[in-house]
Amino acid sequence: MKALRVVGTIAVSVFRESVRDKVLYNLVFFALLLISASYLIGQLTAGQDVKIIKDLGLAAMLLFGLFIAVFIGIGLVSKEVERRSIYSLLAKPIRRHEFIAGKYAGLVLTLAVNVAVMAVALYLVLACMAVTEPAAVRAAWEAPAVDPAMLEAILLIFVELMLVTALALFFSTFSSPILSASFTVGLVIAGQFDSDLKHFRAIVHSRVVADLTRALYYVLPNMAAFDVKAQVVHGLPVTAGYLAVTTAYGVSYVAAVVLAAMVIFARRDFR
Amino acid sequence: MLAIRTEALTKDYAVGFWRKRPYRALDRLTLEVAAGEVFGFLGPNGAGKTTTLKLLMQLIYPTSGRAELLGRPAGDVDGRRRIGYLPENPYFYDHLTAEELLTYFAAVFGYRGRARRDRVARLLDEVGIGVERRLQLRKFSRGMLQRVGIAQALLNDPALVVFDEPMSGLDPLGRRDVRRLILRLRDQGVTVFFSSHVLSDAEALCSRVAVLAGGRLVASGRLGDMAAFQVRGWELVMTGLDEARVDRVRDRLLGATRIGDGRYALELPLESAPDRLVAELSAAGAELVSLNPVRDTLEDFFVEQVTRSAASAPPRWPAGGGA
Repeated sequence: MKALRVVGTIAVSVFRESVRDKVLYNLVFFALLLISASYLIGQLTAGQDVKIIKDLGLAAMLLFGLFIAVFIGIGLVSKEVERRSIYSLLAKPIRRHEFIAGKYAGLVLTLAVNVAVMAVALYLVLACMAVTEPAAVRAAWEAPAVDPAMLEAILLIFVELMLVTALALFFSTFSSPILSASFTVGLVIAGQFDSDLKHFRAIVHSRVVADLTRALYYVLPNMAAFDVKAQVVHGLPVTAGYLAVTTAYGVSYVAAVVLAAMVIFARRDFR
Repeated sequence: MLAIRTEALTKDYAVGFWRKRPYRALDRLTLEVAAGEVFGFLGPNGAGKTTTLKLLMQLIYPTSGRAELLGRPAGDVDGRRRIGYLPENPYFYDHLTAEELLTYFAAVFGYRGRARRDRVARLLDEVGIGVERRLQLRKFSRGMLQRVGIAQALLNDPALVVFDEPMSGLDPLGRRDVRRLILRLRDQGVTVFFSSHVLSDAEALCSRVAVLAGGRLVASGRLGDMAAFQVRGWELVMTGLDEARVDRVRDRLLGATRIGDGRYALELPLESAPDRLVAELSAAGAELVSLNPVRDTLEDFFVEQVTRSAASAPPRWPAGGGA
């Protein structure tokens, strides 16, 4: 109970810092982007506008979230250590793993608010389109404008952002912000091609390389698995089983990475 | 009961880029601080004071040896409920106000609602942060940050406070306030352990001191017990004197310094009787301004210990650690 209180207190502080750092201003950009895009696309395309807006909205949600996850995540711990604000905090009755858990929870909370507000904005723009577009245009849509299935894509975007935050936090516990950013972005990009590694065995002759790529396939996060935007936009079903398994995969990966961050952080000297 | 106990506490750091080698920042420090005393931890820059304090707060881990605070091992999380810590040159979160920072830290201790608000307000008042408490900390001067740092160290009514250079960055008024605060804490039964290289602070506040140099303890004890602080003569200041009168008694003096306007400072050996000289010069028309015993200052003692330690110090590279 005490541990939960400490973690919650630190998390709220991280959230407040993000808000004060004007992180949520990106929501204004997001809203402007959606509103102006819907107006422009409406002028240029017929029948495709809703699809493009959904695509754009979900992609922007992921991109903006990635920026927050990486650029705040890499400073979560290293900034505190560099500025020495951590000295006063860790001298209080706080266990080091509670500090890491609180920092992580705080940024995830920021991302949750961010994603939730973006989702509401996206649904509002789509609802406006559903009301204003003529019936003939609406008939050409592959899926309804206000489609609850979009929540499936949004859920997986959020899990992906949780994973990226965990990676940024992990690197932040032992390296500088620049290195942490490089490692995190590198892993996110490599993770997009993770499933390709699985089939590498078929095109290489060296057993060593084949085994190495196989090992990498299991170790690297499979980021592509979280991307169901295309199915949702085109009105194709995403099964509940897929959602459950992918979410469980993401959460397990997060748990492993945050645990590793806690182990490293617990042994650190703050010179 | 002991507030702090260290036993052969040692810390080596790995230094160097390619070929790491250990550098001994603290060498087998054994120290005891009794509950309720104000203890000064003195030493020049790089002596290992901050390393020791960080070891006590377990911000760094010892290479060997052990430390206990209030009877519990250093780093015991529950033990920290009774300890306050002010780091050297404290730095806090830019985006928070002083009030919010203290509220945040008070929440970590489990204070809630009105009790928390009252506690935060009282402590900010105590350290002299007025309306500035609603300003973001990025706008604070170093001295004001130091005051906030002291306030956060006292949030939990600690039984032991560990201050790293508490006077650092403070103006004369701030130093006076902190001195008063430390004495008030002492009167309340709080143990105060503070590091400093400002010796006058230690002289004014401490019941005991320890002197660290080159990572090693070179002296410790009660200021009054240290041989260096025994009276070694007298200093007499008189007015209405002239050079001829001073010359007449010069053979009884260790030295005479003209201060100006017939005012002289006369230094007498310990075995001489200053009252006889005062009577003699007064009869000749001079007037007594002051008569004080002359002692070595803590500064004299400190310089002597540090110099002696530097001359006889073993290398700070432990065995096998290179040059």
